[in-house]
Formats: sequence, structure tokens, C-alpha cells
Amino acid sequence: MKDEVFTFLAKLLREQSGLAITRDKEYLLESRLNPLARRHGQPGIEAMWPAMRSGLDHALQREIVEAMTTNETFFFRDAGTFDTFRKAVLPGLVAARAHAKTLRIWFAACSSGQEPYSVAMILEEERALLAGWTVEMIGTDLSTEMVERSRGGLYSHFEAQRGLPIQMLARYFDKDEQGWRIKAPLRERVKFRTINLLESFAALGTFDVIFCRNVLIYFELATKRDILDRMSRQMSESGVLFLGGAETVIGVSEKFVPNPGHAGIFVPAQSAALARAVGQ
Amino acid sequence: MKKNWLIVDDSKVIRGIARGILHDLGFETDEAEDGKEALAACAKKMPDAVLLDWNMPVMNGIEFLKELRAMPGGKTPKVFFCTTENDMSHITQALETGADEFIMKPFDAEILSSKVALQGLA
Repeated sequence: MKDEVFTFLAKLLREQSGLAITRDKEYLLESRLNPLARRHGQPGIEAMWPAMRSGLDHALQREIVEAMTTNETFFFRDAGTFDTFRKAVLPGLVAARAHAKTLRIWFAACSSGQEPYSVAMILEEERALLAGWTVEMIGTDLSTEMVERSRGGLYSHFEAQRGLPIQMLARYFDKDEQGWRIKAPLRERVKFRTINLLESFAALGTFDVIFCRNVLIYFELATKRDILDRMSRQMSESGVLFLGGAETVIGVSEKFVPNPGHAGIFVPAQSAALARAVGQ
Repeated sequence: MKKNWLIVDDSKVIRGIARGILHDLGFETDEAEDGKEALAACAKKMPDAVLLDWNMPVMNGIEFLKELRAMPGGKTPKVFFCTTENDMSHITQALETGADEFIMKPFDAEILSSKVALQGLA
């Protein structure tokens, strides 16, 4: 890829989404953006240089950012995470928040919605535990297209089978002409919004659980630290952060520490310190 | 010791595709063209899992499953329907008859491997 095209794309992605693309990741640019170029009647992304060069085609810039930041997901991706949520985190939160009987969960970078809907299914299965509780779930993504997809809750034949036990498909989905759609009562449990992780989260409020899995890997260290530090300010005292299986806060953010009981989950550093101080 | 699957489908092509995926996942496989042949295979050697088509000549998948679950040791194998039937009534009937999973054709390696993992066979 020509230097000027690469430099332009890397700068655009870094400024608008925080995505850090180095020359060794050039194949990612081509694999994600060549299909976009073909939709515009061009053979590849480099052929779109004249349209990109002016920097004035904001619609094209938005398309480029969305094409690069959309991440693949599927129901119950990394089944162990959902097991940990159901068997350890949820009972712990129910005990910790029994005085308030409220639970707020944020799915940051939720892509096409399978992660929040997976948790919604778990919460439905655990409805006896949460009788009388107010549970709010919010899924956010940079891509307006993904947010709209998530709201629709419609999944293809392949998406509805990958990772999803048939009993859950039968219980929580309806088949329609276009595919498999999450039933309305479950869809209504999750609200979806467009949010850029580089921007303020203050308006979202405080959460008891934040899922931020397999998205920070695409950011430079300073951006990762900034996002995690800001997320820590949106976390309740008993809050829990889920990252992707290969991710950690160690060496990235001092605002979170690993939960000693379970790999892959992290708690606010100040609440861990308090727990140690009171001998928990 | 490798776990063993019985692939039951009247289509040689489907049996070949399934065989390839299951071998890649580390399983051994045997094959049957219809439910009656499959029952005979199970009577000789009960498999750990069955990949089962619905519509087959001689004996279809549902008829096979009823007979299998009534056999000594027949409750043990995990049974995965794998069929072009993809409406809720077929799924419900499969589960009520004793199937553990239901895969709708066309399927790919990712779907089969994720369903295998869900049943603890991986």
C-alpha cells in the first residue's frame, strides 16, 4: 500500500476511533476495506485515494472507521466467561447489592449484540435470584450499523447456531422469514447506544458489571490506560470488569486489579484494597 | 482414547463432510445410511455421540432415536440432529424425543465444533 494512503488511513483511524494500525497490520486494512471499495465500484481501497485525499467526504470516513472497528462476535463467546458470570459474579453481586436490588451492566463494544443477549438469557434463566430487582443492560458500539443490528436482534442461520445451545434457541428466539430473531421481551431488556470509547462515559452512569472484551487489544497502551481509567470511574464499589481471555490490566491500568478468585475478571483497585483492609 | 461418533445420513456427501470435520476435531467415526443400519451399528458398539439426519429411507431419525433411547445403554450417547428441517416444531419434537442438540443444515465446522463443545465432548 502506498505510504500516503497508509498514513492517511492510520491517522484517520487513530483520531476517530483510537485504533492503532501499524504497517505490519496492513493486511487488516486491505481485508476490511477492499470489500468497502468494491461496494463503491472500485477494485480496492487504494483506488479510493482521490475520494479520501480531500478529507471532506465524511460519509466515506465514517464507513472506513466502521469497517475497521466492527468485531466478530458470537453467542456465549468464551463460554468460561459466562459460566464465571453466572456461577460466581452474579451471586456475589446479588449479595453485595441486596440493599439496593439494582444491577447495571454495560457491554462496551457490543458489535452485533450477541454478548448482551447472551447475558440477558442467563439473567432470564436466573430470574428467581433476581425477583424484585431492577436490572438495566446497555450495549454500546462505535458503529451505528451495529447498534441498529443489535436492536433488531435478528441473526442468520449460522449466527443463531454458533455457540448457542438449541434449548436456548428454542426458548428465546422466533423464526421469521429473515432468520432467527430474539423474542421481544428479551430484546427489550437491553438498550443500545452509539458510543465512541475515546469520548466521555460520564453520562452512562455507574455500573456493577462492565464487559469490555477483545476490543482494547486494538489500541495503543496510552489509549487502553485512558479507557480503563475512565471506566473505573463508572464502576460501583462491588463492580466487576470482564476483559477478553488474553487481556489484562497489569501494566496497563492501576485502577483495576485482577480478582484473585477468577481469571479474566478485574475489580476496582480501591474496592480490593478495602476488602483486604476489612479482612475479606 | 478417542471418542467415537456414528454419522447417520442417507447422503454420502454429508457423511463425508461431517467425517472430515469430526476427524479434524479428534474423533473417530462410523457411518450408517439410515436409522435401521444405525440401530444395528449401535447394538454392536454404542457410540459416544450420534450425528443424525431426520429424513432417511427405511427408518427416519426420530424413529431411530426412539429405538435408541429404549436400548440398553441407549441413553448414553449424545445425539445431535443434523437436518434441513429448521422450524420450531421439529426442534421441539427432537428435544422431546431425547435429542441433545439440533443442527440445521447447511452447517459448517464452526457450528459443529461449538455444538460439540457445548455438550462437553471436545
